[in-house]
Amino acid sequence: MRLTAEGLSCVRGGRALFRGLSFALAAGEALAITGANGAGKTSLLRILAGLLAPAEGKIVLAGAENSVAEASHFLGHLDAVKNALSVRENLDFHRALLGGGRSANEAALSRVGLAALADLPGYVLSAGQRRRLALARLIAAPRPIWLLDEPTASLDTAGQELLTGLMGEHRARGGIVIAATHLPLGLENARALSIPARAA
Amino acid sequence: MSALSAIVMRDVKLALRAGGGAGVGVIFFLALVTLVPFAVGPDMPLLTRIGPAMLWIGALLASLLGLDRIFAADHEDGSLDQLMLSSAPLETIAAAKGLAHWLASGLPLVIVTPVLGLMLGIEPKALLAVSLTLLAGTPGLTFLGLVAAALAAAMPRGGLFSAVLVLPLSIPLLIFGVVSTNAAIAGEGFGAPFRFLCAISLFFLVLGPAAAAMALRHVRD
Repeated sequence: MRLTAEGLSCVRGGRALFRGLSFALAAGEALAITGANGAGKTSLLRILAGLLAPAEGKIVLAGAENSVAEASHFLGHLDAVKNALSVRENLDFHRALLGGGRSANEAALSRVGLAALADLPGYVLSAGQRRRLALARLIAAPRPIWLLDEPTASLDTAGQELLTGLMGEHRARGGIVIAATHLPLGLENARALSIPARAA
Repeated sequence: MSALSAIVMRDVKLALRAGGGAGVGVIFFLALVTLVPFAVGPDMPLLTRIGPAMLWIGALLASLLGLDRIFAADHEDGSLDQLMLSSAPLETIAAAKGLAHWLASGLPLVIVTPVLGLMLGIEPKALLAVSLTLLAGTPGLTFLGLVAAALAAAMPRGGLFSAVLVLPLSIPLLIFGVVSTNAAIAGEGFGAPFRFLCAISLFFLVLGPAAAAMALRHVRD
């Protein structure tokens, strides 16, 4: 499996964010995207996930039968947790939606430390717990590419270590991790991509 | 396939739980139909005559409630991004959400129609006809509303917008719904206008999800 991005450009609201970004990642590799606020880190991740169309350039996933969107997890600023559903129901839905096996649920919940809260509704969760529930999605539905946007936001120290562990295991299984971040994530041998502040 | 059934199950669950708004439509329908006798006076023949039309207008307006939240709620909490990453096509995802909305808000309207009809003094045969036409017409209304819901997904207050968009386009459903009911009451041919109603409803059932998916892709770009 090899993910290649060639000459990606992004225009948001008539303003060019970045131009001509290229990179290639093989299985097990990681990419840390850095850049100033508003440089286009989130837009780049959304383009990679297929949620946004690039102004120019293309993304190719070689060696997989799926499209990039179908092979990707996108962990954005919003955790996609429904307040009226219980923790388990929330995870169950995302697992079914993104194509995970039913048995993966409980293991994922205990891995992120939410097993004791599984029957509580989403609205009682703190911001950090909601983020942990979003992380459980990554475990419950196996997909080879993880697109993480500021994944450590609202996580405590233990949560950040958990994330580092999860990313390490994912890469050891041959997965690709692409993370936009301001903080060091503990990604070993990660490639770095810095988006310049203003391409125009 | 399991992704789609998960969407339907989740949306029905969300609608039926506290704050989901599934009951609001039925209560609004009840309130509207209760108001009619107060407005036109206790004139039984008149009520009997305009009753089916009142039920249709009531159901039409009640089905507009909550329409704007179909995609907006998912857009606000990030769920829409996750829906788009599913391997199911966006068109079928939109159809699944439309089906869930109809099950939670459209079907209850059809179920309470006979009860409300009794309040308007509508005779049993006409009640059956109204219920049947609403059963055929409300899915079309919901899937027509799906397009407006998709356009209103990123709007802060899209409720009025979707109502304004849906109402003019719903006129054919209203016309054939009421005409076929009146034909049944008069003992004339119920079949022909009812088939037109079904055809228009089916047209929206097919067009709605495709147009909604197209709208979602544009609105979110």
